Amino acid sequence: MQLLQQSGHTLPERHEVGQIVWLQAVIDGLCELSSRDPLTGLANRRQFELALASEIDRVARAGEPALVLMIDIDHFKVVNDTHGHPAGDLVLKAVAQALHECIRPMDTLARFGGEEFAMILPNCPPLFGQAVAERVRKKVQARAVAIAPSQQVNVTVSLGGAFAPQWVRSSAPLWIDRADQQLYRAKAEGRNRACLEQPTVSLVSPEEKGLLFGTSQFAEVQ
Amino acid sequence: MSGSADVKAAGAPSKRARVLALTSGKGGVGKTFLSANLAAALAKRGRRVLVLDADLGLANLDVVLNLFPKITLHDVFTGKVQLEDAILHAPGGFSVLLAGSGLVEYSRLTPEVREQLLRIIETLAPRYDHILLDTGAGISDVVLYAVSLADDVLVLATPEPTSMTDAYATIKVLATQQQRREIRLAVNQVGRIGEGRTIRGQLQLVVDKFVTPTLPAGTGALLLELIGEVPLDPSVREAVQKRQLLIEMLPGSAAAQAVLAIAAKIAP
Repeated sequence: MQLLQQSGHTLPERHEVGQIVWLQAVIDGLCELSSRDPLTGLANRRQFELALASEIDRVARAGEPALVLMIDIDHFKVVNDTHGHPAGDLVLKAVAQALHECIRPMDTLARFGGEEFAMILPNCPPLFGQAVAERVRKKVQARAVAIAPSQQVNVTVSLGGAFAPQWVRSSAPLWIDRADQQLYRAKAEGRNRACLEQPTVSLVSPEEKGLLFGTSQFAEVQ
Repeated sequence: MSGSADVKAAGAPSKRARVLALTSGKGGVGKTFLSANLAAALAKRGRRVLVLDADLGLANLDVVLNLFPKITLHDVFTGKVQLEDAILHAPGGFSVLLAGSGLVEYSRLTPEVREQLLRIIETLAPRYDHILLDTGAGISDVVLYAVSLADDVLVLATPEPTSMTDAYATIKVLATQQQRREIRLAVNQVGRIGEGRTIRGQLQLVVDKFVTPTLPAGTGALLLELIGEVPLDPSVREAVQKRQLLIEMLPGSAAAQAVLAIAAKIAP
C-alpha cells in the first residue's frame, strides 16, 4: 500500500478495503508499478523485454519489419560530475520526454538502464530506419534542459539500431545485442549519431555482379 | 558472437555428430540429390549419418529416396509420436528424418519450430557422426536458422549465373549475420573439370572486395573452400528418375565418383 501511495496511485475511495473493485485497483496499481521506471515514467526493462518477445513472435508470423533502437546519452557522467545527480535526473527526464514525443502510440519506449533507453518500432520499413533514428537524435539535441533556474545544459544521444530478426536464432537478447553493437559503433564514430545495422535483405549490387561475371560480360547483359 | 564460429577439428568420428548444413540460395541446383548421395557415401565410409530434411516448407527428400512414411516430423512437432519413431532407415545405409508435406505450416520460423529443430539436433547428435541438414531454397529465416544450428555449412552452386548470384548472396548473409568465416563450396553440374575452381576463385574475389571489408575488424576474412565439383552427368537424371541413389545405382559414374570424393574430404 505504501508503495502505491508513494508512487501517487489513488485507490477508489467509495469502495471498502478488501472489496473486489478495491482489490482490482490494487492489482492494477502494482502491475503498473512493476512495469514502469519510477524516474522517467517510461516502461522499465522488464516491460521492454516482454514487449520485445511478443514483437518477435509478431514479426515471425506477420513478416512485418520492425526496428529496435538503443539510445544512450552522450557523456552523461560529465553531467553528473559537473552538475550533480539531481541535474542528471532532470536530464534523464527531459530526454525521456523528448523521446516520448518521437514515438507512435504502437511503439514501446523504455528506460533500459542507467542513461540508456530503448525503443521498439513495429512495422518500420528498413528504408525509413535511418530517417527515424535521425529524427530522434535531432529532437534530443534541440532540447535545452533547465537544471537550475538560470542554467541549461544540452545533451546529445547516440543511437544503434537493428531490424527484426527475420532469420536465425531470433531471441530478445540477440536482437538487443545487435542493436547494441550498432550503438557501440555510433559511440566509436564520435557520438551524437545514429548507426543502423545493414538491412538483412542481401541484395547483390551491379558492381558485385560485374566482378562476379567479369565486367565486360555484365556490360553486355545491361 | 555466435556459436557457429567456433572451429573444431573436422574429420575423425567424435562423441557428438558434426552438423553440416547444405544450402544453395537458388533452388533446383541439386541440393537434395547431394544430401542423399553424400549421406550414402559417408555411410559407405563407416560413418553413422542422419539426414534431417530441414526444407520444412517444401520437402522433397522423400521423393528422391522413394520413401513415403506415415510418420513424419510433423507428428513429432505435434507430439503425436516420439522422435525415435520418425527416424527412417534410408536405402543408402543412413537415417533420415523427413519433414513431410504436412509441414507447410512450419515454413515460418516460429519459436516452436526453432525449439523443435534445436531439440531434435541436440537429442540426436550423440548418436551419429554426421548430421546433414538439407535446407530449403532461398535465404528465408527458416533456412538461416537451420544453418545457424550447424557446425559447418556447404553452399551448393551451379555454373549458372543466377545460381552463382544466389550462392554469393547466401555467403554474404552467412558471413555478416552468422559470423561465418569458413564456408564450403561445392559446384554441381560443371561442364569441365576445373570449372568449380574457377567459380570458387570468382566468388572469393567478390567476397574479398565486397564482403570481407564490411566484417567487424579483427574477426578475420571469409574463406571459401572448394570441397568438390560434380560434373554434369546424364546418369544423375537417370538415378533421380528411378528414384535411386546414384552412388548405389551407378557408382562408377563421374558424378558418383565426385560425390564419393566429397565424402572422403568430409570424413577422411
